[in-house]
Amino acid sequence: MKTDGSSTNKVNPPLWLLAELTYACPLQCPYCSNPVEMANYKKELSTEDWIRVMREARKMGAVQLGFSGGEPLTRPDLEELIAEARQLGFYTNLITSGIGMDEKRVKGFKEAGLDHIQVSFQASSADLNNFIAGTDAFEHKLEMARAVKKHGYPMVLCFVLHRQNEPYVREILDLAVSLDADYVELATTQYYGWAFHNKEYLIPTREQLANAEIVTKEFQEKLKGKMKIFYVIPDYFEDRPKKCMDGWGAIFLTITPDGLALPCHAARQLPGLELPSVQDHSIDWIWNDSPDFNKFRGLDWMKEPCRTCPEKEKDLGGCRCQAFMLTGDATNADPVCSKSPHHQELVDTVEGIGKIAGTPELEERPILFRNMKNSRKIIKGESESELVK
Amino acid sequence: MLNDDVNEKLTLEVVPEVASTHRFQWEEVQDCHVIMYPEGMVKLGDSSAEILKLCDGKNDVGTIIKLLNQQYPDAQVDNDVIKFLEVAHENGWVKYK
Ligand code: SF4
Ligand code: SF4
Repeated sequence: MKTDGSSTNKVNPPLWLLAELTYACPLQCPYCSNPVEMANYKKELSTEDWIRVMREARKMGAVQLGFSGGEPLTRPDLEELIAEARQLGFYTNLITSGIGMDEKRVKGFKEAGLDHIQVSFQASSADLNNFIAGTDAFEHKLEMARAVKKHGYPMVLCFVLHRQNEPYVREILDLAVSLDADYVELATTQYYGWAFHNKEYLIPTREQLANAEIVTKEFQEKLKGKMKIFYVIPDYFEDRPKKCMDGWGAIFLTITPDGLALPCHAARQLPGLELPSVQDHSIDWIWNDSPDFNKFRGLDWMKEPCRTCPEKEKDLGGCRCQAFMLTGDATNADPVCSKSPHHQELVDTVEGIGKIAGTPELEERPILFRNMKNSRKIIKGESESELVK
Repeated sequence: MLNDDVNEKLTLEVVPEVASTHRFQWEEVQDCHVIMYPEGMVKLGDSSAEILKLCDGKNDVGTIIKLLNQQYPDAQVDNDVIKFLEVAHENGWVKYK
């Protein structure tokens, strides 16, 4: 394995292009990973820009293309982008809440060449789903999931798990079975963007996770060969971090709605990045030569305890964003690691939340819903406690 | 569901076909064939790719073996084809028609 991050070594091409088409979204999930300052970034790339980005990334070797956001359905040129992507030979994934779609559009996407639709749900019941989404979305999601199957797409259902819906994993998986899902992704909330502001409301308890794991195993056994269920225990309950994004600048290329290139969809918040724009640079330069994409590539950027750690090739020091959010320095070891001097702090926070979970002290704190109004308030620096929906 | 026919046995009469939910294609940059599915991809070795090329929904397994044995007279592909198709089916890459 090459250990040098400099561009004189051969860098593998990107495999995944994540096209965040917009920050607009009719939903208001408090765990949304979009930046809280999104109201500042309203200028979206044009259709022509996106087509150029896709062509260049495809030429370099990218194969998987995800259209996400925000809600990608708010882009009226989505059909056109899908058609172009398919014609370029991408495997095209639409990552959506289902709001903004009807059966006609599902059919139209198929004709344009869309390969797969991932529909996200907030919970297994209408009440909780609609509360978390901040809008009455549940019935329409069910309808859209059925339409996706009807039109012959493989269907992934995605549930982002946190303390409010984690107790209902059984109901969630029953729902997935009843909708005939091909894959279910039980995703873990990641604490950046809006989720960071709502972490007291979202962090699950150890008991919830243990229970969810047992239920998931039971379903995985039962549905072997019929439905694939992906479930990963959040790493802050473990003592080694995950190899985040399979490595910085190794596989993933994210482009934000306003055209910035990021090695991971949360990296926009990291200080010290130059955030190259696709309007100024080629994808080739961004991927191979830009300072950002080389910053944490390989192993050379590491400090202790990672630098001399025998496990460094295994997890590459974990998540840079988590390191920054929790220790204030993106070049530190991910504090999930028990070798990190910040590890105990993280354990204390998580255990502390576990102790008061379920009490009004914790559960009745205001939730910061993800919407442009709250984003503008944050930009203006208004105090967070006033930011209820 | 990935496979409605998980329990179906592979016989020489079975007609395998690349699943409509998956895409099998040549990748220039990777210099190999790949099979793609929601949010994932597997790179294929040459012999796996040769087998999948023949999984067109018309050839049965017997025919696929015969064609490959003709193409590569020095190799005895029978077992390799069966083994690969079983794995491919288990992974949902191919359907039995
Ligand atoms: S997480 Fe929720 S609010 Fe954020 S983009 Fe997705 S659907 Fe919209
Ligand atoms: S010290 Fe760094 S490299 Fe070693 S296991 Fe911990 S995070 Fe990974």
